Amino acid sequence: MDQLIIAGNSYASRLLVGTGKYKDFEQTRSAIEASGAQIVTVAIRRTNIGQNANEPSLLDALPPSKYTYLPNTAGCYSADDAVRTLRLARELLDGHDLVKLEVLGDPHTLFPNVIETLQAAATLVKDGFKVMVYTSDDPIIARQLEDIGCVAVMPLASLIGSGMGILNPWNLQLILEKAKVPVVVDAGVGTASDAAIAMELGCDAVLMNTAVAKAQNPVLMAQAMRKAVEAGRDAFRAGRMPKKLYSATPSSPTTGLIQPQPSSPPRGRA
Amino acid sequence: MIALTINGERRDFEGPLTAAELIERLQLSGKRVALERNGQIVPRGTFPHERLAHGDRLEIVVAVGGG
Repeated sequence: MDQLIIAGNSYASRLLVGTGKYKDFEQTRSAIEASGAQIVTVAIRRTNIGQNANEPSLLDALPPSKYTYLPNTAGCYSADDAVRTLRLARELLDGHDLVKLEVLGDPHTLFPNVIETLQAAATLVKDGFKVMVYTSDDPIIARQLEDIGCVAVMPLASLIGSGMGILNPWNLQLILEKAKVPVVVDAGVGTASDAAIAMELGCDAVLMNTAVAKAQNPVLMAQAMRKAVEAGRDAFRAGRMPKKLYSATPSSPTTGLIQPQPSSPPRGRA
Repeated sequence: MIALTINGERRDFEGPLTAAELIERLQLSGKRVALERNGQIVPRGTFPHERLAHGDRLEIVVAVGGG
């Protein structure tokens, strides 16, 4: 059985999805079910204090008994804020220690601040967290994050929410060549072919949110992404044929062809 | 009277006040929340004993949809 293994746990699905930007919890639930994802990211935010006591909860729509929650630090711009957020998450989720670390560099691009990310990763690993870390597609930083003890490195394919697809497959390949922990493409996937390409490159999984949530039909796109990740993974494992400009070896047999008719006089003449 | 800063908002309460009492007054009883007091996590099990003090800075969080 080909399974994704993260921090010792096995997952049949190699598609991880976010739970943000959906119209409502019903759409969130339907799309995530269609995606087949087992790991879902959630954000940690201040609760409203007393204004709306009956606000529905994400935990009701997506029961933590059914999904592996991956609390994230989206919106954090410093190592300190990210660490505090994940300590709150661990308390909130009864000691759950698998987390997604992301420390952003600026609100315009949402590009990661890798210096703060490295600091936060070191603190969190020391504190017993299993850290899946969002980072740039820099192979050196990816290796350092792995050396610190992160359980997965998650390079961007392009900017968060951009849907621009995989802009630098070569850097991803450099990361993949050396990584000993799962490599998860996080951010930038726009449509099914992007996810398939990431998997064909040999990535262990793909994490996405906007590509599904902001599709015209999120549930249908979730299904497309599930198929794309599965197809891409199968293609990677199957091993593609080499590329060549043209082929001198046709696919059909070169023998046993019928022969051209010998030239004969037209009928009806002597 | 004790003044607390909760999620960045100043609120005044009659003291003494425990974390458990605060959660109840904010109508958050039964909800899954996590509490940080002056930068330190307060485990849920200790809410009934955690006596809050004037000037405390509290963060009360929940899980929401996010990527």
